[in-house]
Amino acid sequence: MPHDGHDHEHENSELSPIALRVKALESLLVEKGYVDPAALDVLIDTYETKIGPRNGAKVVAKAWTDPAFADWLKKDATAAIESVGYSGRQGEHMVAVFNTPEIHNMVVCTLCSCYPWPVLGLPPVWYKSPPYRSRAVIDPRSVLAEFGMTLAETTKVSVWDSTAEIRYLVIPMRPANTEGMSEEQLAAIVNRDSMIGTRLAG
Amino acid sequence: MNGAHDLGGQMGFGPIDAPATEPVFHENWEARMAALSMTVAGGWTIDEDRSACESMHPAKYLRTSYYEHWLHGMESLLQKYTPDSSSPTRPQDVWAAVTARGSYIRQVPNAAAFAIGQKIRVKIMNPETHTRAPRYVRGHVGEVARINGAHVFPDSNVLGLGENPQWLYTVRFTANELWGNTASDAIHADLWEPYLEPAS
Repeated sequence: MPHDGHDHEHENSELSPIALRVKALESLLVEKGYVDPAALDVLIDTYETKIGPRNGAKVVAKAWTDPAFADWLKKDATAAIESVGYSGRQGEHMVAVFNTPEIHNMVVCTLCSCYPWPVLGLPPVWYKSPPYRSRAVIDPRSVLAEFGMTLAETTKVSVWDSTAEIRYLVIPMRPANTEGMSEEQLAAIVNRDSMIGTRLAG
Repeated sequence: MNGAHDLGGQMGFGPIDAPATEPVFHENWEARMAALSMTVAGGWTIDEDRSACESMHPAKYLRTSYYEHWLHGMESLLQKYTPDSSSPTRPQDVWAAVTARGSYIRQVPNAAAFAIGQKIRVKIMNPETHTRAPRYVRGHVGEVARINGAHVFPDSNVLGLGENPQWLYTVRFTANELWGNTASDAIHADLWEPYLEPAS
């Protein structure tokens, strides 16, 4: 209808070239019956509100409070994490790496931006950007310093480059003076970056 | 392919801009693009998708954002593939699709060629097609830290030659071996058997 066409033109004139390209792609795919736009809405909502770093925080808090679970996480992280309720795309093969006073772990994907979606959601922009991807493997300590972390000289940095379909989750050290806290309270102090390895928990 | 995407060890990109909080999607088009990529089943593999994203001109790759890489990837793949229109993902099936347990592990008749603790060298190689052996480890000696089973081999899968599963090793390198510095740090990469040879 001409009227509709006019409205679309008006709407489109406010979109950036890249937004127009994506809109054109979506329109084409919808028109041909390859995709249901309502499914796209659900998928967006899923990663905006349901699959994110609160999932990983629950895994970490459980590892801090349940030694048997921590042990399982070390041996078979995929199964242990699935037992908490998290599995799926970009978390098919999970490995948990535990920080200790001697070893600090840090995760990167230098080749694309692989990230453990079921436990951390979709990655933040900095994780996907050239400064992080280029520097994490050659100079991890300067990266950590930018995040405000200065490690003891005796702490070794262990970097994990996610070059295959294995996805890494850092289990940060439990902060001091948290003995009385419940698993739920502990989960609340686990921040996203501590599970990538660029900050401390707490 | 020695593309711009192979960023490990490159220099000059400056500091990391990491705000304390940020939205999952910064623009509506990013959300739509992400959702399209995750919903349209086009008959291509994850390896072809990565390869398509990496096929951007290096200067353009570095100037554009993650989801623009995805757009480029999907536009390229749609020139080659026609998606299946018989059963597009329904809204009520999205959750099951994103949380379904998948696996890249395959059974193979041969045993792993390398053992945990064994010293290996990453072959010096420069394939013109998609590979997951980053440039910064090629030619270097590391130690097998973990054996992860046999996984779908991207270098074959991307060429339409099938999954050709190969043993996948987590290899530990010292910072000194890779970069010539004295840091005590260790760098791990997950590398398939065809990338590796014994270090004698």
